[in-house]
Amino acid sequence: MEWLVSPFELAFMQRAFLGGILVGALCAVVGTFVVLRGMAFIGDALAHAAFPGVVLAYMLNANIHLGATIFALATALGIGFVSRRARTSDDTTIGILFAGAFALGILLMSTIQGYTADLFSFLFGNILGISTADLAVVGALAALVVLAVALCYKELLIVSFDPVVAEAMGYPVQALNYLLLSLIALTIVVSIQAVGVVLVVALLVTPAATAALLTERFLRVMGVGVLLSMLATALGLYLSFYLNVASGAAIVLVSTVLFFTALGARRLRSGAAR
Amino acid sequence: MTQRSSVSGQRSARAPEAPWHYCLEVRDLAAGYEGTPAIRAISFAIPPGQMVGVIGPNGAGKTTLFKAILGLVPLQGGQILLHEKEAHAQRSLMGYVPQIDDLDRRFPVSVRDVVMMGRYPRIGWVRRPGADDAAAVRAALERVDMADLAHRQIGRLSGGQLQRVLLARALAQDPHLLLLDEPVSGVDTTTQHAIFAVLESLRDAGKTVVVATHDLNCVVERFEQVLCLNRRLVAYGPPTQVFRDSVLEETYGSHLMIVRVGDRQVVVADEHRHRTHPVRRPERG
Repeated sequence: MEWLVSPFELAFMQRAFLGGILVGALCAVVGTFVVLRGMAFIGDALAHAAFPGVVLAYMLNANIHLGATIFALATALGIGFVSRRARTSDDTTIGILFAGAFALGILLMSTIQGYTADLFSFLFGNILGISTADLAVVGALAALVVLAVALCYKELLIVSFDPVVAEAMGYPVQALNYLLLSLIALTIVVSIQAVGVVLVVALLVTPAATAALLTERFLRVMGVGVLLSMLATALGLYLSFYLNVASGAAIVLVSTVLFFTALGARRLRSGAAR
Repeated sequence: MTQRSSVSGQRSARAPEAPWHYCLEVRDLAAGYEGTPAIRAISFAIPPGQMVGVIGPNGAGKTTLFKAILGLVPLQGGQILLHEKEAHAQRSLMGYVPQIDDLDRRFPVSVRDVVMMGRYPRIGWVRRPGADDAAAVRAALERVDMADLAHRQIGRLSGGQLQRVLLARALAQDPHLLLLDEPVSGVDTTTQHAIFAVLESLRDAGKTVVVATHDLNCVVERFEQVLCLNRRLVAYGPPTQVFRDSVLEETYGSHLMIVRVGDRQVVVADEHRHRTHPVRRPERG
C-alpha cells in the first residue's frame, strides 16, 4: 500500500491530484452534452482557440485563465455569427476560426525571445505544476459551471434532445445553445492546465462516451462519466509519477483504455445474450 | 388572392361551447427561409373541436406549414392567429408531434423522461417536476397505452411505440391546438388505432387536431376537413367535397384515382400510368 500513498507526501502531487480530479469531474459533466450532441469538433476547436489568449496573457504578464477565457468565449460566440454572415456551415466556420486562432497563438509564441517552456506546458498540459492560486480558480470556475448545469438541467436536456419541439414550446433555443457553448469554453479553460489544448477534447469526450456505453439514462451517463474521469485522472497521475511520463498524456491514455475496455465488455455481454 | 377556397361545411356541432369562433386562422400565409417562400397563398380557418387532415406530395410544404404555425419558420407574409391573437405569442397552447425520424433514438432518455418534457413549460425554469407532473405523465402514458414501458430507453422501442410516446408528450402539455407530422406513416395498425382513438377524444373535448398524412383513405374515413397542399392551398373542406379528380390532380399530379366502393370513396395510387397519358377516369356523382 506504500506505493498508493507515497506520491501524496509531495505537496505538488497533492495539488495535482486535487486539481486533476476536479477538472476530470467537470469535464465529464459538460462532456455528456458534448458527446450526446455530437460537439466534439467544436470542443476541440474552442481548446485550440483559447491558446492565443494564453500566449497573449503570458506576454502581457496578465492572468492566463482570463486570456484563455476571452478567446474561447469569443470563438464560441463568433461561430454562429460568422456562419450566418458567410453562409458557410458551422463545421466549416469552426475549421476556419480554430485553425486561424491557433496559428495566431503559435505566431505570437514565436515572437517571444528566449524561454517559452511554460507555454509548451499549455500545449501539452502540466498538472504537476498547478499552484494553489490556480487550484482556487479551477475550483471557482468548476463550481460556476456545475451550478449553471444544475439550474438549467431541464432546459439543456430538452434543447439537446429535441431542439425543434423545445423551440415550439417557446424556449430560447439559440440562447441556451450559447449558454452550453460558454460552459464548454469555461470547462476547457479550466482543463488546459491539466492536459493542454491539444488533448482537452479527450477529457471532454472520452469518459462521457465510455459512460454512454454502460448506461442509458442521461443523469447516469453523467454520474458514471464523472467517476470514470476521476479514476482515469488518478491512475494517469500514478503512471506519470512512477514511470516518469507526461501527466496529461497518461491521463488521456488511461481514459482511452477505459473506453475500449467498456466497449469490449459490452460486446462480450451482448454476445453472451445472443 | 383566392382566399378561403372552400371553407364550407364546418361542423362544429361536436365542440362544446367555445368563446372563439376559430381556433386557428391562417390568412394569406407565405413562409420559408430567405428567397422564394416554400409555401404561399395559404388561407384557412379551423373552428375548435375539429380534426383536419393535411395532404400533399413530398415537398408540398406540410412540415413547413406546421413550423410556420409554431413560429419555427419565418413568415414572409400573412398572419397566423390562435384564438384571434398572434399564434407566436401563445406557444404554450400549441403541441407539436414531429416525425420520429427527426429524433436521435440513441439519446439516453427513457419513455417517462420524454413525456415529462411536455410538462417543462408548465414547471418553469430552474424548478423541478413535482407530484402533479408525475401524475400527468402517468396519465398521458396510460392514454397511449405505454405505461408499462415507462422506464424503457427510447432506442428500444418500435417506431409505433415511439410515435405514441411523442403523442403522450404532447398530451402532457395539454395544448388547445395539436399538430402532428405523419403520426401514422409506417406504424403498425395497433398504434394507428390507438393514435386515432386519442385524437378523436381530444377533438370531442373541443381541441383542434391537425394531422399531416399520406394516407388519403384514412383522411376520408376519419377527418371532417381536409387541406390539400402543394406549396399553396389547393383546396380546403370536407373530404367528400374536396376529393375530386381535379383537386387531387392539382395536389399530386395525375397518378391517383378515386374508386367508389359501396358508399365509400377509396383513393388508389396508380403507379403504372404514365403522366403523359392521363386516362380519363369514370365520372362519379
